[in-house]
Amino acid sequence: MTQPTINDFHTILPMIVLSVWACLLLLVDLFIPKDRKGITALLAALGLILSLGFNLTRIGMESVGFSGMVVLDGFATFANVLLLLSGLFGVALAYGYVRRMGIERGEYYTLLLFSVCGMMLMAQAADLIIVFLALELLSIPLYVLAAFARGDMQSQEAGVKYFLLGAFATGFVVYGTALVFGATGTTSLGGIFAAASAGASTGSGNGLMFTIGAALILVGFGFKVAAVPFHMWTPDVYQGAPSAATAFMSSGAKVAGFVALLRVFSTSFPALASDMNGILWTLSALTMIVGNLIAIAQTNIKRMLAYSSIAHAGYILMAFVSYGNPQVASVSIASGMFYLMAYTLTNFGAWSVVVALEKAEGKGLEIADYAGVARKHPALAAAMAVFMLSFIGFPPTLGMVGKFYLFRAAIAGGYTGLALIGVLTSLVSAYYYLRVVVNMYMREGELVPEREPWLGFATALTAAATVALSLVPQWVFLLASTAVMK
Amino acid sequence: MIPLSWYLILAAGLFSIGLFGVLVRRNAVAILLGVELMLNAVNINLVSFWRYGDVLKMTGQVFAIIVFAVAAAEVAVGLALVISVYRSRNTVIADELDMMKW
Amino acid sequence: MNEWLYVALFVFVGLLIPVGAIAAGFIFGPKKANPIKKSTYECGIEPVGEVWVQFKAQYYIFALVFLVFDVEAVFLFPWAVKLGQLGLYAVVEGILFITILIVGLVYTWRKGMLEWV
Repeated sequence: MTQPTINDFHTILPMIVLSVWACLLLLVDLFIPKDRKGITALLAALGLILSLGFNLTRIGMESVGFSGMVVLDGFATFANVLLLLSGLFGVALAYGYVRRMGIERGEYYTLLLFSVCGMMLMAQAADLIIVFLALELLSIPLYVLAAFARGDMQSQEAGVKYFLLGAFATGFVVYGTALVFGATGTTSLGGIFAAASAGASTGSGNGLMFTIGAALILVGFGFKVAAVPFHMWTPDVYQGAPSAATAFMSSGAKVAGFVALLRVFSTSFPALASDMNGILWTLSALTMIVGNLIAIAQTNIKRMLAYSSIAHAGYILMAFVSYGNPQVASVSIASGMFYLMAYTLTNFGAWSVVVALEKAEGKGLEIADYAGVARKHPALAAAMAVFMLSFIGFPPTLGMVGKFYLFRAAIAGGYTGLALIGVLTSLVSAYYYLRVVVNMYMREGELVPEREPWLGFATALTAAATVALSLVPQWVFLLASTAVMK
Repeated sequence: MIPLSWYLILAAGLFSIGLFGVLVRRNAVAILLGVELMLNAVNINLVSFWRYGDVLKMTGQVFAIIVFAVAAAEVAVGLALVISVYRSRNTVIADELDMMKW
Repeated sequence: MNEWLYVALFVFVGLLIPVGAIAAGFIFGPKKANPIKKSTYECGIEPVGEVWVQFKAQYYIFALVFLVFDVEAVFLFPWAVKLGQLGLYAVVEGILFITILIVGLVYTWRKGMLEWV
C-alpha cells in the first residue's frame, strides 16, 4: 500500500478545512446560548470563507490524490467556488429567517456545512466510490434541513418525501455503480474508460451490463437534479421545506448533481455516447416542456419556483447531449457550467425575495400576495423583476447570456430541434414569470417585507451580479471554458 | 463452483423485490425496508464481482462495507424523520402525507 | 453432481421432519379449543392489553444512536487486523476516525440524549 503524502491532502484541502470546521462547529455550538445562535451562523460563514480562500489559491493547480480517488483540476475549482458561494448565500438567507420562524438551532448551519462538504467532494471525485460517498454526504443533511421546522407538518412531510425518494435514487446509483464495476473490474473513472476502450466490456454480456449500469447511474442522478420523469418529489419538497433551506438545496444540490453527472459521463462513458444521446435528448426536451407547462398552473410562489427549477434542469441537460462529440463537447460543457452559475445567482436572488416576503405560518407565499410590493418597496420589486427576467432569458441579464451560449452550443452540436424547444419553452415561461412582476407593479396590496441586513445584502448582490456579469459575459465564459479544458 | 450469473440473478431478484416494495407499500417504514433490500442487492453484487474478479484488489469488499455503513447512517436519519412525523400526525402511511398536491 | 444429491436429500429430510411432526399433531391430537389455549402465549403470563403498546420515544433515539455507532465499528475491524503492516499513518487515521465518532458522542451527550428519563 502506498502511504499518502502531503500532496494528497493538498488535493482536497478546501474540503478538509471545511469538514474539520464543521465538526468543531458542532461542538462549539453546544456552548453557545440558545438566544445567540447568530454567532454559529457567523462562524459557519467564516468557515466557508476560509475554505473559499484556500480554494482560490488552488486556481490553475492540477493534481490527483489518494491513489486516484480524488482529483483537483480547473473544473473542480470552478465548481467549488460556485458551491461555496451557494453555502454563503444559504447562510445569509437563513440568518434572519430561521429566527423569525422560530426554528433557530445551531445544527442548521452545521448541517449546511456538511452538505457543502459533500458537494465539494462530489466535484473532486475521481472514483465511483467517492461519488457515492459524496452523494450521501450531501443528501443526508439536506433531508434533515428539509424537515427542519419541527412544528410544521408541511416541513416534516417534505423531509420524509425527500428522504424516501432520495434513498430510492441512491439505490439506483449504487446498483448502476456495482454493475459498471462488474463489467470493468474497477471503480476509478479513468480506469472504467480504459477498460471500456480496451474492449473488456464487449465480451460475454459485459457490454450489456456496462450499458445498464451507466443507465441506472443516469436515473439516479436524474432524481437528484430533478429531471422529468424523475421530478415528482421536487414541488412537494421545495414547497414544504423552510424557504431558506429550499434556496440552498435547489442551487447547491443541483450544481453538485450536474457536476458529478458531467464528470462521470464525460470521463467514463464516452463509449456509450451514441446510446445515451437519444436518452439525454428526450430527458432534456421532456424536462423543459413539462417543467414550464406545469409551472403556469401554480399559484404558490415556492411551487412555481420548484417547477421553474425543474425546467432549468432541462436547459442544463441540453449541454450534456453532445458530451461524446469531441468537437463540441468542451464548448457545450463550458456553456453548461456558465448556465449553472447564472442559474445559481438568479435562483438565490429569487428565493431571497421569497424569504423576505414570507410571513409566519406560511403566509405571504401566494403569487397574488405579491400585489403592490413595487409601490412601497421599489428596490425589492426591481430586484425580483431582474431575477424573473433572468429566468426567462431576457436581456440584460445573466440568464439571457446563459441561454444564448447553451442554444448556440446545441446548434453547433447538430441539435437544432432541441434548441428550438428551448426557445419555445422560454417564451412559454415568460407568462408565469411575468405574472409575478405584473402582480408586484400593477396591483394594489399591502405585504410588508422583512428588513434584514444580510438578506438585503444577498438580494442586492445577486441582482447586481445578474445584471453586471451579463455585460461582460465573455470573462466568465472564459473562466468556465478554461476550467473545462484539460 | 456456482457460476457468477446465479449471484447476479439473486441480486437482481432482491433488487426487484425491494423496488416493488418501494412502489407498492404504503407504510413509510416498509418503503424504507424496500430501499434497504435494494442496497443489500448491491452488496451481493459487489462481493460476488470481487470474488469472481481480481481477488487481490479489495475494491468490491471495501465498497460493500462503505455501502452498508452509509446505509445505516441514512436509515438513522430516515427513521428519525418518520418518528417525528408520527409524533405530530399519528400516521406513517405515505399516502396520508398529502398536504401538498399539485 | 453427487454433492448436490446430498443437498437435495438434506432439504427433503429437513422439510419432512417438521411437516411430519405438525401433520401428526394435527391428525392425532384432540381438538378442544378454549380462549386461554388460543392465546398467543399459552403458558406463562396472561397477555394484557393491545399488541400495539407504546414504547417510550427515548427508546428509538437510543436505538438510532446505537445503530450508527455499531455499524461504524465495522471499519475498525480491518483496521485493527492490518494495523501492524500499515504503520504510523494508519494509526493516526484510526485515531482521527474514533475522534470523529467521539465528537458525535459528545454532541449526543450534551444534548441530553443519553439520560434515561
